[in-house]
Amino acid sequence: MSIDDAAVRDWMRAFASEVEAHRAELIRQDSAIGDGDHGANMDRGMKKAVQRLDGLGDGDIGATLKAMGMALVSSVGGAAGPLYGTFFMQMGAKAAGAGELDLAGWTEAVEAGVQGVQARGKAEPGDKTMLDALLPATDALRQAADDGADLGEALRRAATAAQEGMEATIPLVARKGRASYLGERSAGHQDPGATSSHLLLKAAADALGAQDS
Amino acid sequence: MKKLINAADEVVRDALEGMALAHSDRVRVNLDPAYIVRADAPVQGKVGIVSGGGSGHEPMHGGFVGRGMLDAACPGEIFTSPTPDQMAEATKAVDGGAGVLHIVKNYTGDVMNFEMASDLARGEGSEVASVVINDDVAVEDSLYTAGRRGVGLTVIAEKICGAAAEERRSLDEVADICRRVNDQGRSMGMALTAPTTPASGQPSFELGGDEIEIGIGIHGEPGRYREAMRPAHDVVERLTTPVVEDLPFEAGDNVLAFVNGMGGTPLVELYVVYRDLHRFLEQRGINVTRNLIGSYITSLEMAGCSITLLRLDDELTRLWDAPADTIAYRVCG
Repeated sequence: MSIDDAAVRDWMRAFASEVEAHRAELIRQDSAIGDGDHGANMDRGMKKAVQRLDGLGDGDIGATLKAMGMALVSSVGGAAGPLYGTFFMQMGAKAAGAGELDLAGWTEAVEAGVQGVQARGKAEPGDKTMLDALLPATDALRQAADDGADLGEALRRAATAAQEGMEATIPLVARKGRASYLGERSAGHQDPGATSSHLLLKAAADALGAQDS
Repeated sequence: MKKLINAADEVVRDALEGMALAHSDRVRVNLDPAYIVRADAPVQGKVGIVSGGGSGHEPMHGGFVGRGMLDAACPGEIFTSPTPDQMAEATKAVDGGAGVLHIVKNYTGDVMNFEMASDLARGEGSEVASVVINDDVAVEDSLYTAGRRGVGLTVIAEKICGAAAEERRSLDEVADICRRVNDQGRSMGMALTAPTTPASGQPSFELGGDEIEIGIGIHGEPGRYREAMRPAHDVVERLTTPVVEDLPFEAGDNVLAFVNGMGGTPLVELYVVYRDLHRFLEQRGINVTRNLIGSYITSLEMAGCSITLLRLDDELTRLWDAPADTIAYRVCG
């Protein structure tokens, strides 16, 4: 019951497909409270990142994640580029040299990535950002590991927690990013960063959890 | 959507190729990653000045590359921050051994990407300082927002810092001057119409035919309030009062008054605005000792204007008057 480098690549491709499928929704959400570029930027970045997979050596999860991070940082722009780029680079640093990760190792790597996002964006829970999806997901992963759940179950719980966190951003007033210029008027809209982060966790559950069970 | 483009996702690249063809006497254009540098970069012993941001605000920043202003500019996609690899390579290209100053507009993406770029450039041995410009008084500056946006004052900071660098001032000194400009300057803008990005094809907000938005940003971000169209002198009062009260600018101050067009407003209207701004300031005993009028930091085809005031001292005045030879801004000397 573990995740290897091929599975991580499947996860990246699944995330890219989710972003492409939800591109218009992300643009619509971002237009409501931001500047409307999140869907196009993430789609462009993930396509570039997935292209880069072909030229990469096999086997090292850390190296694959780092390469994904670098690709996103150099192609997404906006705030999402540094944030998602940092997520994958920090996750990759934690998984450096690993050929496979069990649930505990996966959880540690995801936590390192989320901490990287927090350090880069300096957001707090409840600021109406991607962290509002990522933090509940890491809590769920940690809890599932403590409960002795299997990997597939843990990934599904993380995706569900991310979805709940994403939906819980709707009534929040944004305190970070361009949406914060709106103040109270940002309430009533779902945060597009939380939406794309939910897609990231959903892709993990679909690509890795299904494979596992 | 009607635009003079070939394809929505090739606008920035096509425009950069146009700039390369048009201005090879002054600048060199690198396409991948995208940046524009002075043709004679790096200038040995001079602090390099680098700025950048989303495209769609032309002539800022690429138009200000040249002697006496920027050493390099990094264009992002339309209204999207450029990426750290662009900024880091541009930094390397202009580092003449005296360090490099990054002038960053205060937007979440720009700030994060420039932070990562500083880390990369320092890792390669460049000395880097960063100053964040946040002059837009329309935005509440508090712990609960991303803070004030960087707008019109950026143009002035680039001119003044470029002049200080030409005088071979140290990186610390040029960064201090940049912070002083940011401390002493304030801006506010308004829109008559909305901009349309090529990627979305739709106006970024809806504004009725007889409505204006006061306090708008340069990416179609919402302003403070909407109201009915009114005479220019009323608009000037609505923009300038918060600007003057915020610093505050006081009787006896000498100021640089900058009336900026947002892209879709003709110069004749900007001079109407300047006349009313000059009167407004004169009535308060504020002396307009320098001015700038034109479309220098734009928001695609948005119609409207912004007003920036900078309190001048002798040094800032001298640096403002110093020669500059860029694509879009020139001072003979």
